[in-house]
Amino acid sequence: MSKSVVVGISDLNAVKAPDQLITYALGSCVGICLYDRTTKIAGLAHIMLPSSKEMGGGTNQPFRYADTGIAALVKMMVAMGAIGGHIQAKIAGGAQMFAATSNTAISNIGQRNVEAVRQTLNQMRIPILADDTGSNYGRTVIFNSEDGMMLVKSAARGEKLL
Amino acid sequence: MALKSYDDLSEMQIDVLREIGNIGSGNAATALSEMLGHPVSISVPKVRILDYAEVVTGLGGPETMVVGLLLTLSEDVEGMMMFLLQREFAHMSLSALLGEEIERFDQIDEMGMSAIREVSNIMAASYVTAIASLTGLTINISTPDLTIDMLGAIMSVPAIHFANISDKIIFIEDEFGNQEQSAPSHILLFPDVASLNKIMTNLGIDL
Repeated sequence: MSKSVVVGISDLNAVKAPDQLITYALGSCVGICLYDRTTKIAGLAHIMLPSSKEMGGGTNQPFRYADTGIAALVKMMVAMGAIGGHIQAKIAGGAQMFAATSNTAISNIGQRNVEAVRQTLNQMRIPILADDTGSNYGRTVIFNSEDGMMLVKSAARGEKLL
Repeated sequence: MALKSYDDLSEMQIDVLREIGNIGSGNAATALSEMLGHPVSISVPKVRILDYAEVVTGLGGPETMVVGLLLTLSEDVEGMMMFLLQREFAHMSLSALLGEEIERFDQIDEMGMSAIREVSNIMAASYVTAIASLTGLTINISTPDLTIDMLGAIMSVPAIHFANISDKIIFIEDEFGNQEQSAPSHILLFPDVASLNKIMTNLGIDL
C-alpha cells in the first residue's frame, strides 16, 4: 500500500517508494521535485520566495526560500539514504496569477522564484529534467516515488505527466 | 504603542475594523442595488483576523475554484485588497446584470468577466470610501485584476507579498442577497502595518 504525503506552503518532505508526494495549488510559489532513481527516494519542496539572504530573518523559516529550502530537502533525502550525485529535479509553478499591471513587485515574483530555483539547482549540480513553470494559472503537483514522474494538474490546462 | 503586526491588534481595534466593515458593506449593498436595479440585502458582516491557512480551509480547501480580484491600495494607505467570490456570487451578479445563467466558471465569457470586474470595483470603492471618510486619509485604488483559478494559487500572491510582514489577514465575510437567493462574498484586506497604524491613529485609537 502506498500513501500520499501532503506538502504545505513553505514546507517540504521526502518519501521512499511506493509513496507519493502532493502539493496543492501552486500559484507564484514553486514546487521542486527531487528524485534519486537508484534508491527511489523522492522529495518535494513548496517554496514561496527566492532567497533567504535578501529577505533577512530567513533563518527561522528555511523551507520558505528557494536556496535554503532546496538545500534542506537534499539533506533530508541523503539522510534517508539517497545519493547526492544521483539526484535529479523536476519543477513546476512560478505563475503570474494576476496581470497586476500597476504593481511590478507582484507581477514578477513567480518568475523570480523560478530563476532562484534554477540557480540554486545549478549551483548544487542537480540537473532539471522537466520544467512546467510560468504562465498565469495555478498547478497541483503529484510526485510519484516509484518512477519519478511528476503529474501537474491545473484547471486551465488539464493534466500533464512530466 | 505602535502595532508591529496584525497579532498586536486589540479586541477594541478589531471592533473598529468590524465597524469599518459594517459601513463598507452597507455602502456596497446600496451601490449594488443601484447597479443591479433591484434591492440587495446584506447580513451583518463577520470581520475576523485570520491566517492564510484558515482562509483557505474555511473556503473549501486549496483546489476550490474561485474568482479572485486583486486591487492595490496606494497614497496614505498602502496595501492590497482582494475579493474571493464563489460560484454562487458570480451566478447571482451575472444573472441580474446580463440575464446569464452560469453553472460553471468556464461558462463566464469576456462580457461576464467585465461585469464581475465592475461589481468588484464598486464594492472595493465602497469599503475604501468607508475607511477614507472615517479616517480622513486619502486612499487610491487600482482597477481590479481578475483571475479564475484554484483558491490556494490565488492566495499565494498576497501570501508571498506579505510573507515577511505578517501571515494574518483582515477577513470580511458578507452575505449579499435579493428576494430569490443569497451568496457570500469574501473580502480580504492587507494594509501594510504602517498603514494600519495610520488608520488607528487617525481614528483616535492609538493604544
